[in-house]
Amino acid sequence: MINLFKIAIRNLIRYKRRTLLTASLITIGVVFVLVFVSITGSFKAMMIGQITDSMLGHLQIHRKGYVASIDNLPLNLNMKPQAYAKIATVLGATPEVAAFSPRLKFGGMFSNFTETTNIRLNGVYPEKEFQTVPLLTSRISEGKKALNRGEIMIPALLAKGLKVKLGDTVVIVATNAEGSVNGKQFIVSGILESATGPGGRDGYIHIEDAAEVLRMPGAEVSEVAVRLKDFSRLPAVVKQLDVKMAGEVNQEKRPMFEVHSWEQLSPFFNIARMIDVMTFFIKIMLIAIVLISIMNVMIMAVYERIREIGTIAAIGTLPGKIRSMFIIEGFCLGIVGAIIGGLLGSAVILIVNLVGIRFDFGQQQGLLLKATLNPSDLLTISVIVIIVAVVASLQPAIKASKMEPIEALRHV
Amino acid sequence: MALIKAQNITKDYQTEDVVVHALQDVDFEIEPASFVSFVGPSGSGKTTILNLIGCLDKPTAGNLHIADIDVIGLDRKNSAAFRGKHLGFIFQDFNLIPVLTVYENIEYPLIMVQNIPPQERKERITRMLAVVGMAEQAKKYPHQISGGQKQRVAVARALVTNPALVLADEPTANLDSQTAYAVIGLMKKMRDDFGTTFIFSTHDTKIVGEAEVIFRLEDGRLKAKEMKGGIRS
Repeated sequence: MINLFKIAIRNLIRYKRRTLLTASLITIGVVFVLVFVSITGSFKAMMIGQITDSMLGHLQIHRKGYVASIDNLPLNLNMKPQAYAKIATVLGATPEVAAFSPRLKFGGMFSNFTETTNIRLNGVYPEKEFQTVPLLTSRISEGKKALNRGEIMIPALLAKGLKVKLGDTVVIVATNAEGSVNGKQFIVSGILESATGPGGRDGYIHIEDAAEVLRMPGAEVSEVAVRLKDFSRLPAVVKQLDVKMAGEVNQEKRPMFEVHSWEQLSPFFNIARMIDVMTFFIKIMLIAIVLISIMNVMIMAVYERIREIGTIAAIGTLPGKIRSMFIIEGFCLGIVGAIIGGLLGSAVILIVNLVGIRFDFGQQQGLLLKATLNPSDLLTISVIVIIVAVVASLQPAIKASKMEPIEALRHV
Repeated sequence: MALIKAQNITKDYQTEDVVVHALQDVDFEIEPASFVSFVGPSGSGKTTILNLIGCLDKPTAGNLHIADIDVIGLDRKNSAAFRGKHLGFIFQDFNLIPVLTVYENIEYPLIMVQNIPPQERKERITRMLAVVGMAEQAKKYPHQISGGQKQRVAVARALVTNPALVLADEPTANLDSQTAYAVIGLMKKMRDDFGTTFIFSTHDTKIVGEAEVIFRLEDGRLKAKEMKGGIRS
């Protein structure tokens, strides 16, 4: 086998220019794909991180039917404190859960005593909320990174539009589940930068304040946002919680709760899927580049070495060994392309990070793109290149091994 | 017992319009350790007969046994295995592998065909290099040596596997007369030293004189068998 490699490598070196050209083509393909995969992958991860860590959480649990009319923030589909207690017990016993935060969501009127507008509000336990969506604190552009009773954090666009500043007193007026209207004064304690996605322009108050505005004897819960210790375990945990929650049924023996991952709650999941589809097609392009270039070079190699093939066949080289000789040439080209491409690709990614590419995502501007090369991506792409290189060599190699020595020796 | 036994060998080639009778009812026997030449004008069937003996082609009709094996019945893979084990080839154009050194060209059949262990391989190649007088050129590539030297390497490559029979199709055609005699002399010496049977084709009348058994071919038919000198057994 070592000798087959030796002959293959020497044959590649023999046609230096062609080998260099083919290896360069593969290398450029690998570099392009690695950079694309790493940048889009990082963009996707950042996008998902922004959505899940500043608003949604990794998954959410609602009362059955709530998500279907989530835009209306239906108070009649809130969970009673006892129902939430059941969820809290299940989540507390699930080791994959890092934190969870109950929210009481409702729509109301926001007034600065001279102007009034509508607002969506989240009543939260601040500590639990900050643990569940840790990027929320980074969205606080003005004010303290805390929320006490009687305080409100409002979105920047609302503050700007109504000329409300930190420390100003505002009024929240809301209609409760029974249809009666109530109002409560709050002190503006924080201004929140907007974030793209559902809930990106919501205000935050303490959950006890929310219950007071809505005249609830005990705070009901509209949704429970959940953060996992390991995001990659999301599908498994959703499945697991689905099974656990299925046991909780109402008087009609129907499930009380529904579990949704962030993908089911955010339209940005489709963008993430589009990125995956684009990456897939870019990989297909790489396969086509490797396949065509190696097949081309190997067909040329076979045609140029017909007499040589005839000679080695005549002196008794078995067809299988002749086949292996050409396959190994393709394999070596693939290896060289994958290694150099991997190294250059890593270097380009390093340069991209050193230069520091910034981009805007929705309302968030100047996000720094940190391109990271996942070792599994590097491995996958290298393996794809090598396998395709071998596959591309098969046809010419088989052709070489099937040549009749007498015909090959006559070839001019 | 004859090393090669050919009976009623016929070989036809079908071209677009006509059938070419390359060999017609050829019968011959060749003893071990002979130094044999097939001679005749162009198109007389010399190369065809060497191709058949070399298991590179199959006759249209007739029987051919080499070392008691019916080589006509061998399939592609077994033909290759038979060639690797029993035969050596010397080509008119030397046909050395350009990416391998002189040493590696001689080594090639030992590794790729016969799978000989490294130590024995080294001993055989060293001995063969010395015999053909190419020890000094062992590390050179084919493009760095002369035609005569290339043919010496080809002789060494053909003999290093200890074949019973070496076939050489016009081995001196691309060499000047002095080098041609030297190569034929080397082949004869090899026959003497190793007992290998040599069969070569040529249309060079001077070189023909070096053969001990001469088969004269004309229009695909064996016209005469001439014996010169003694045949070793």
